Amino acid sequence: MRLLLRPAQYAALALYILFLGFPLLWLISASVKSSGELNSLSASLLPHEWHWENYAEAFTKQGLLHSAWNSLVVALASTALSVLIAVPAAYVLARLRGKVRVAGVGWILVSQVFPVVLIILPLFLILRTLGLADNLVGLTLVHTTYMLPFALWMLQGYVAAIPVELEEAGAMDGASRLTVLRTIVFPLLAPGVVATAMFSFVSSWNEFFFALVLLQSPENYTLPITLNMFVGGEGKVALGPLAAGAVLAAIPSIVFFSILRRKLTSGLMAGAVKG
Amino acid sequence: MSTDTLLPQAAPKKPSRKPASRGQAARTRRREAVGLVLPSLIPILVLSVAPLLIGVFLAFTNARLVRHPDYGFAGVDNFTRLAGNTLFWDSLRIGLIWTVGVTVLQLAAAMGLALLLNSGLKLQGLTRVLALVPWAMPPVVVAIMWQMIYSANGGPLNAVLGSVGLPSDTNWLGDFSTALPAVIVVGVWVGMPQTTVTLLAGLQQIPAELHEAAAVDGAGAWRRFTAVTWPALRPIVTSITSLNFIWNFNSFSLVYVLTAGGPGGKTMVPVLFVYLEAFKNREIGYAAAMGMVLVVVVVLILAVYLRSQFRDDRAADVRKGR
Repeated sequence: MRLLLRPAQYAALALYILFLGFPLLWLISASVKSSGELNSLSASLLPHEWHWENYAEAFTKQGLLHSAWNSLVVALASTALSVLIAVPAAYVLARLRGKVRVAGVGWILVSQVFPVVLIILPLFLILRTLGLADNLVGLTLVHTTYMLPFALWMLQGYVAAIPVELEEAGAMDGASRLTVLRTIVFPLLAPGVVATAMFSFVSSWNEFFFALVLLQSPENYTLPITLNMFVGGEGKVALGPLAAGAVLAAIPSIVFFSILRRKLTSGLMAGAVKG
Repeated sequence: MSTDTLLPQAAPKKPSRKPASRGQAARTRRREAVGLVLPSLIPILVLSVAPLLIGVFLAFTNARLVRHPDYGFAGVDNFTRLAGNTLFWDSLRIGLIWTVGVTVLQLAAAMGLALLLNSGLKLQGLTRVLALVPWAMPPVVVAIMWQMIYSANGGPLNAVLGSVGLPSDTNWLGDFSTALPAVIVVGVWVGMPQTTVTLLAGLQQIPAELHEAAAVDGAGAWRRFTAVTWPALRPIVTSITSLNFIWNFNSFSLVYVLTAGGPGGKTMVPVLFVYLEAFKNREIGYAAAMGMVLVVVVVLILAVYLRSQFRDDRAADVRKGR
């Protein structure tokens, strides 16, 4: 019984690795297959010939480059905005007790339950009234707002880990609160800010639903929306470039998440990745 | 969710630094706090609290999504109309199958993997990195990837089935009977890693002595799981199940890109239904009413679930003589 346990466990683990890893391998493999091989009925994990031109084609022929640029601009802008806004608020949340804190933490939790279906309709109307529907500025603002709860949650954890005594020592030496924040708190907070920023970037880069509803002109499409356009209709023809585009779209997220792996574990329960 | 464990507590406030003007110092601090919170309050109020309230308001109007909206108060008309909309109730049923299916399978699969990863096997590092990939990937990419896997023309799933002599021409996402299960598997693939990591964190907090003591008493693996592991994990399981339930119920992108609700509405989850009602049929008042019903359904189900968990805990406490 004991002797059989380990092999059985490894067999189970192998199944999990297959289940988790195979789809990704298949996508990567498809991205370097020729269209002839992709359209043939025989399936093989390793391509017969490696065709790197799918990657070049993904960007040149399918207009993905422009969407990738849009995604990059929105992700960078909303990351900068949400971190700038969240740092001071997170500081207050972590350091002050009482109603502000209760309300803040309460809202962070409630935001996880937000019925996006109910919000998206008025949100669309509000942005249209402001002239910001079908507009990258509007999408940036929306991404910022919806990344804030998790950014606040992560950051206030990092603030709480900085001993209050350090600040009090600074205040004792006669520094103003602002000086204390700038010279003592911010440098210690930097790693947390970087982690939060990476997470915000990925959330915005991956985001689909808001972009689908808000953006109507192809020149404003973000990468996920353009990829989706190629899935239906014309895109089926160019399966290779589509796979290549999908691989490229996944790279920033996977790289950042691998770096963040440890730091994210504690924040996982609050979660922020919604479909 | 236990905020206590997730939020490191700030040290208790020391008496004010300037005892002479305590009241004033407190006031200054409050003003500072408001100033620091304000920048995050504004976008939140404008882009999430206000829409929520307007959404509830819209549900009682006959608003349509047109250039110059002209709508009136409709009372509960939307809701009475909704009561007779069998398509909507169908989508709610499908949505609950999707949500419960994904949530339960996610938990079961994640529990298995977490236990494996916690039992000192090799390949842990690889598995943990792999476990993050589905979670990190854009949902659109995940959907495209799985469309290839499920493809009836040279898809690897059919190829594998064919090689062992099983029927290998199933159009997984296009067949009435297989579409919903196929979509659920993708949902499990996406959400399982996150659940695994959370469960693993919980498993690592269980003192090894508990298992050793149980083993000395002659408890087998299954008995140790039910008597030691499961009770210790209960609070974590309850909170991730609740959150997963909400996320899965509200998830849109995966199903939208995978099947767009088809074939024949077999994967039309309610969020997708509301989206189509609002942005294709342009009936936003009616769609908002649907949204409200969905929120109420989710809250009710969660309340019943959390209550049952709570009652179980109470019963266990009574048995232990607390």
